[in-house]
Amino acid sequence: MSVAKPLPHDAAALHVTGAARYVDDVPCPTGTLHLAFGLSDTARGTITKMDLHAVRTAPDVVAVLTADDLEFDADTSPSNRDEPLLSTGEVHFAGQPLFLVIAKSHLAARKAATKAKVTIDAQTPILTIDEALAENSRFEDGPRIYEKGNAEDALTQAPNRLQGQLTLGGQEHFYLEGQAAMAWPQESGDMHVFSSTQHPTEIQHKVAHAIGKPMHAVRVETRRMGGGFGGKESQGNALAIACAVAARATGKPCKMLYDRDDDMVITGKRHDFRIDYDVGFDDQGRIHAVSFKQYTRCGWSMDLSLPVADRAMLHADNAYDIGHMRIESHRLKTNICSATAFRGFGGPQGMVGIERVMDHVAHALGKDPAEVRQTNYYPSAKSVAAGKIPGTTPYGMEVTDFELHEMTDALLAKANYAQRRAAIADWNAQNPVLKKGIAFSPVKFGISFTLTHLNQAGALVHVYQDGSVHLNHGGTEMGQGLFQKVAQVAASRFGIPLDMVKITATDTGKVPNTSATAASSGSDLNGMAVKAACDTIRDRMADHLAMQHQTTPDKVIFKDGQVQIGDHVISFADAAQSAWMARVSLSATGFYKTPKLKWDRIRGTGRPFFYFAYGAAITEVVIDTLTGENRILRTDIIHDAGASLNPAIDIGQVEGAYVQGAGWLTTEELVWDDAGRLRTHAPSTYKIPACSDRPDIFNVELWDIENREDTIYRSKAVGEPPFMLGISAWLALSDAVSSCGPAYPALNAPATAEEIWRAARKVTQDV
Amino acid sequence: MTKVHVTTTINGDPTEFLCEPDETLLDVLRDRLGMTGSKEGCGTGDCGACSVTLNGRLVCSCLVLGAEAEGQEIGTIEGMAQGENLHVLQKKFIEHAALQCGICTPGLLVAAKSLLEKNPDPTEEETRYWLAGNLCRCTGYDKIIRAVMDAAKEMREAA
Ligand code: FES
Ligand code: FES
Repeated sequence: MSVAKPLPHDAAALHVTGAARYVDDVPCPTGTLHLAFGLSDTARGTITKMDLHAVRTAPDVVAVLTADDLEFDADTSPSNRDEPLLSTGEVHFAGQPLFLVIAKSHLAARKAATKAKVTIDAQTPILTIDEALAENSRFEDGPRIYEKGNAEDALTQAPNRLQGQLTLGGQEHFYLEGQAAMAWPQESGDMHVFSSTQHPTEIQHKVAHAIGKPMHAVRVETRRMGGGFGGKESQGNALAIACAVAARATGKPCKMLYDRDDDMVITGKRHDFRIDYDVGFDDQGRIHAVSFKQYTRCGWSMDLSLPVADRAMLHADNAYDIGHMRIESHRLKTNICSATAFRGFGGPQGMVGIERVMDHVAHALGKDPAEVRQTNYYPSAKSVAAGKIPGTTPYGMEVTDFELHEMTDALLAKANYAQRRAAIADWNAQNPVLKKGIAFSPVKFGISFTLTHLNQAGALVHVYQDGSVHLNHGGTEMGQGLFQKVAQVAASRFGIPLDMVKITATDTGKVPNTSATAASSGSDLNGMAVKAACDTIRDRMADHLAMQHQTTPDKVIFKDGQVQIGDHVISFADAAQSAWMARVSLSATGFYKTPKLKWDRIRGTGRPFFYFAYGAAITEVVIDTLTGENRILRTDIIHDAGASLNPAIDIGQVEGAYVQGAGWLTTEELVWDDAGRLRTHAPSTYKIPACSDRPDIFNVELWDIENREDTIYRSKAVGEPPFMLGISAWLALSDAVSSCGPAYPALNAPATAEEIWRAARKVTQDV
Repeated sequence: MTKVHVTTTINGDPTEFLCEPDETLLDVLRDRLGMTGSKEGCGTGDCGACSVTLNGRLVCSCLVLGAEAEGQEIGTIEGMAQGENLHVLQKKFIEHAALQCGICTPGLLVAAKSLLEKNPDPTEEETRYWLAGNLCRCTGYDKIIRAVMDAAKEMREAA
């Protein structure tokens, strides 16, 4: 069996030699032209004049396109048709593409793009949450509300009650490979597109529209991305469409890359939030009721904001069985870049809200926050299996697979939580300047796309007459190891070594109508589709061999590169050859759709998720109260990947996700100025974690227990859930700050050095 | 603009090329010489994806002009393996699963090799600070550090 083995990434040998090709590494056909957008420097207004003479006459410029030059509807939106490729007169954010330069080199295109003289009649932009609320600038008519029980009554009746507010910053994806695409015109106007995208079918669909062709005229290929994290779910559309319309206009292959600053200014980021909370609880720390108001800045266009905001609501309970809950969600339209998908897809924001509530309640009661959390947990899967009534989420889904009681006990013991917490209290009593903090936080994350129809996948498998296998599926590889996992599934089904399976680029010409590789669902969906295709071929081979050897198909066993037919053993290659000679088809498609889903997103009821993935983390930090500087000292994690398909890949996902999550809540700060211009648009000003920021001690373990639902080899999705383990780092900083004085720190995120310093002063002074 | 004629050595091979006076070494490597192992993550010296060595010194090739390579020795990721034989660092990166999307990997390997040439026995902390200029958005760095420490150990034992 190839599954459950810690095998390295399929392309590891290519990566370490620099031979792995990303879009920008594919050799360009001769005559390839290069593109750049001319961008708006104003956040809101109407274009009154666009003088492009200097752009057109700049060296090596071939053509310049504006919205008027586009023959068909070149819209880049994944949802709402509200994103013209080039402005049609209105300007909605600073950084919006106004015109497209086509030049002989990348540099020539970029230099020319800065030469335009654009006059914009500026209006006051809507930038902040309060400004958007004041103008009722929003998507959907009003707030969306999910409710369980009667939160209002329960709040008034609870023995204790408190309120608070927190702001949560957004996050730049900072995939190390910037957005990239190339379009190559083919005969009869067809288009072959290479794109660094998580969603080749969407690119195909949008490009087809933009060049006035049916989808069959467009083929999109994606071998790999240099990181995606959700930032390449819809944000690659503009480049691919630009390449296609430019290629159509010039008849030449066209390529487009965003340089890093443009990438950060133009593309969407994680949604920032403000969360107001009102909580009622008893003296034991049992929460009776919570009411949340979630406000998010969606930016200028709808993009994926509605399902993102939905998912924030769906994770407002995290791991806690709360009797009465009300969640009100405001999706605000603002004049900044359009916020988009980012690992967790709103889930992390919702979860931070309830984790703040737990922390605040524990502080108010003077209790250990870990204990307050455990007090409020959903009933365990074991107890539910033994007959206990399961807890129900605020959206009416029963929680029957809850693993966190056992995982939490194991983690608290393994990390010596109680002793370390006491030792930290002693240490803090003796050290006036440096303060330490420690925090535990759990994760319960729902797996499935909340748009139910997206939970489908296809695969195409060929077995050649020499026994080698060619594998294609609808998922894309962005470093998460999906191709490796799926190839392991194929090798296991045929009982052959992994090197007999060739993993090929995702290609809309091979597997059609795919969903984005997102929502952590890549291996769940595609693994199952590949399994179905392999099993079809295997059954045909078994039928044939059984007939040939006068036995029954159940006596045919595929194992160790060989096929056993009763007492007879032949190699898999010979079996393939024999099937071919007997005119048995050795090619098959496979299809999978996730079962059991039923969800009404407007009413907020049903079962949006197939199952939940769980995780638990403890982080210890130290802060300098005079400067706010801080470090992560130690992190311990136990994460539930079901029966892991590949422990090496899964642990890598957990580590990377934790660090990215901690980065979001600590050093990664996006700053827009009063005119709505992003001031942090390069790694010199926007700080993602570096090697020197990694925890000094970093212990990660998988919770190796089978998924209770029937997923591929009973594994669980692992892409997004561990991102939220990073919340423990933010809570640990809050814990350290709270040792400075009696008041609650009410730390906002990101907890930059400035924010920690501010909170520490406030805690000391607010007595 | 008149192009500059440059004679240099890349990974031990004498090489000549023509480039614009303002063209970076990174662009020359990638676009003129087809050596796409060095990557552009930022173009401003902040991410390390474009790391190469210039006469043995670790530099960001996005901050070096192609013309500056005249008469110098350049080392890139393409020169790290000897034919089919991977360098110990490369083997350890695979063994420790120290990569995910892999786009930071060439730069990290070049930087790590340059560290071990200067200091064959670095502490973990020295390694972490040396590699702090090489950003990785996927891995969280833990396995990268383990791979480098393990490679250093194996190289010391073999020396
Ligand atoms: S591309 Fe040279 S340091 Fe980032
Ligand atoms: S492996 Fe993706 S950036 Fe390092």
